[in-house]
Amino acid sequence: MKKKKLGYAKYGYIFSIPFVIAFLLFSLYPIVYTALIGFTDLKGLGMTSFHFLTDDPFRNFKTVLTNPSFIKALKNTVIIWLFNFVPQILLALLLTAWFTDKRSTVKGQGLFKVLFYMPNIITAATIAILFNSLFGYPMGPVNDILMKLGFTDSPINLLINKTVAKGVVIFIQTWMWYGYTMVILISGVLGVSPEIFEAAEVDGANRVQTFFYVTLPNIKTILLFTLVTSLIGGLNMFDIPKLFLLGGPDNATLTTSVFIYNQAFSGSYMYNRAAAASMIMFVIIAILSAIMFQILKDKDEEKLRRQIRQQQKSYKIKQKELKKAQALSRESQETFQAATVEEEKGEEDV
Amino acid sequence: MLKNKGNMALKVVIYIVCIFLAILSIMPFWIMIMNATRSTTEIQQHAISLLPSGYTMNNLKILLGKSFNPAVGFGNSLIISLGATGLAVYFSSLTAYALVAYDWKLRQPFFSFIMAIMMIPAQVTMIGFYQMVYKIHMTNNLWMLILPAIASPSMVFFMRQYLQPALSMEIVQSARIDGAGEFLIFNKIVLPIMKPAIATQAIFSFVSSWNNLFTPLVLLTDQKKYTMPIMVSLLRGDIYKTEYGSVYLGLTLTVLPLIVVYLVLSKYIIAGVALGSVKG
Repeated sequence: MKKKKLGYAKYGYIFSIPFVIAFLLFSLYPIVYTALIGFTDLKGLGMTSFHFLTDDPFRNFKTVLTNPSFIKALKNTVIIWLFNFVPQILLALLLTAWFTDKRSTVKGQGLFKVLFYMPNIITAATIAILFNSLFGYPMGPVNDILMKLGFTDSPINLLINKTVAKGVVIFIQTWMWYGYTMVILISGVLGVSPEIFEAAEVDGANRVQTFFYVTLPNIKTILLFTLVTSLIGGLNMFDIPKLFLLGGPDNATLTTSVFIYNQAFSGSYMYNRAAAASMIMFVIIAILSAIMFQILKDKDEEKLRRQIRQQQKSYKIKQKELKKAQALSRESQETFQAATVEEEKGEEDV
Repeated sequence: MLKNKGNMALKVVIYIVCIFLAILSIMPFWIMIMNATRSTTEIQQHAISLLPSGYTMNNLKILLGKSFNPAVGFGNSLIISLGATGLAVYFSSLTAYALVAYDWKLRQPFFSFIMAIMMIPAQVTMIGFYQMVYKIHMTNNLWMLILPAIASPSMVFFMRQYLQPALSMEIVQSARIDGAGEFLIFNKIVLPIMKPAIATQAIFSFVSSWNNLFTPLVLLTDQKKYTMPIMVSLLRGDIYKTEYGSVYLGLTLTVLPLIVVYLVLSKYIIAGVALGSVKG
């Protein structure tokens, strides 16, 4: 039987081969190659040969880290992510609270969910250009609305304002993703055992209390998961900033991914600097996801440890009780034996 | 009584917010579709119209007269998305089966490894990937956009989580006794078990592949190989600068198929999003 198991074990390796080969070829090799290029002088359209920088191996990294455009791109990326994530998660939480409230159901929920999620499925490239057209100058739909509502007499070229431009990118990101986040949070709440909510209701908790003291603590893991995936996605934001305003005006919507693309595939084709910037982003993403997973893992382990401790405690208590009981029974047995011996003695006497 | 009044007020607020958000989801697309039927002059006079006009064919003529070719973009995107989805779904299931059904030495380390690489985004590896593909002269080869899908770590993770409780080894054992080979067992018995997971994962793989801009933009330089998102990006160029109607029509042509498919499959898609999150 054991031999047969070993015979089948080889299929575990065989069936994993395609995945491993594809990973080595299309992921690992490119990562290592990107890292290497970061230490070379590889630049120029169509160039593939390179030399390692021997005088100062970290020159590209230094150039990138002191490049004002890169610093600005990094700042923009963080700002755009943060200002889209906060309203997105708040809106998603609010909708989740409304849609999962068992005391009063929202009619037409299904339709609302379908509509809220819809922007997420549409090609981001299309959405970027659509919004560029909507904000068109001199005559675009947004200007049309502003003039009809009397906010302005003549059309405004809104997108040359850096704050407005960044704000619109943030709006598009929020608009595209809050529905997705909502669906995930709702599924998280539905996964919580309904008895907990019933207990809260019996205890007299109102809606707000239930949400903050029961719902939120119970979907902590899913909230963290949303945070990590959103952060990693946000750090790679490309389609919207690239096509909405091509990173402009004055680099106000330039993100790190757009920076990397522009360095490598336009202008002077500086693959080496783009590679160095990619590696910097890779390290940032790796650290962030490692921290997040540590938090998740620790939580899990702590829970397990607590359970084990509790079990040990109850086991010890049981052991103690058992010993006590044994001792008691021994005592009673002894007295019983003593009694019988005496009785027997007595009988003998008779 | 007071409580009821509060309830009513809350309900009104809920519906106002939800209806507002719903309009916000529809409005940009509605304006886009209406403007696709209007002439540039009409749009210049009033950029918003809730009703269509009759210039669609005219817009189409201008649109197709320049570099935008939706049929080519559609075809290429379809080839890439179908190919990538097929490979991703099949090989992720196979890898997940290897992780669940067999007791091999590296099974646990391999699974931990898959979890570790799940978060690596394609963007940070792109320079090396481009250089590699350029060196073997495959930059305009669609296979370079399809084959990497064989290694989709997050899909393997999802498939494993699904298969773990769903697979009964007794069925596999009895198939073995009947003389079926391991590969045949996977294709004939395990794949059908995984159908629900495959369906949801296929939808998401297809959509993300269809919408992907970054990798095709880097690799494809030949106009005949352009995918839909790259075709769309052409509408941003100077040649369409003053052709508002045509730009809206071009955008509409890329969005309409997606919206139709989405509305048909929305139930499964939303259930799929919810299912995918449970892994976290």
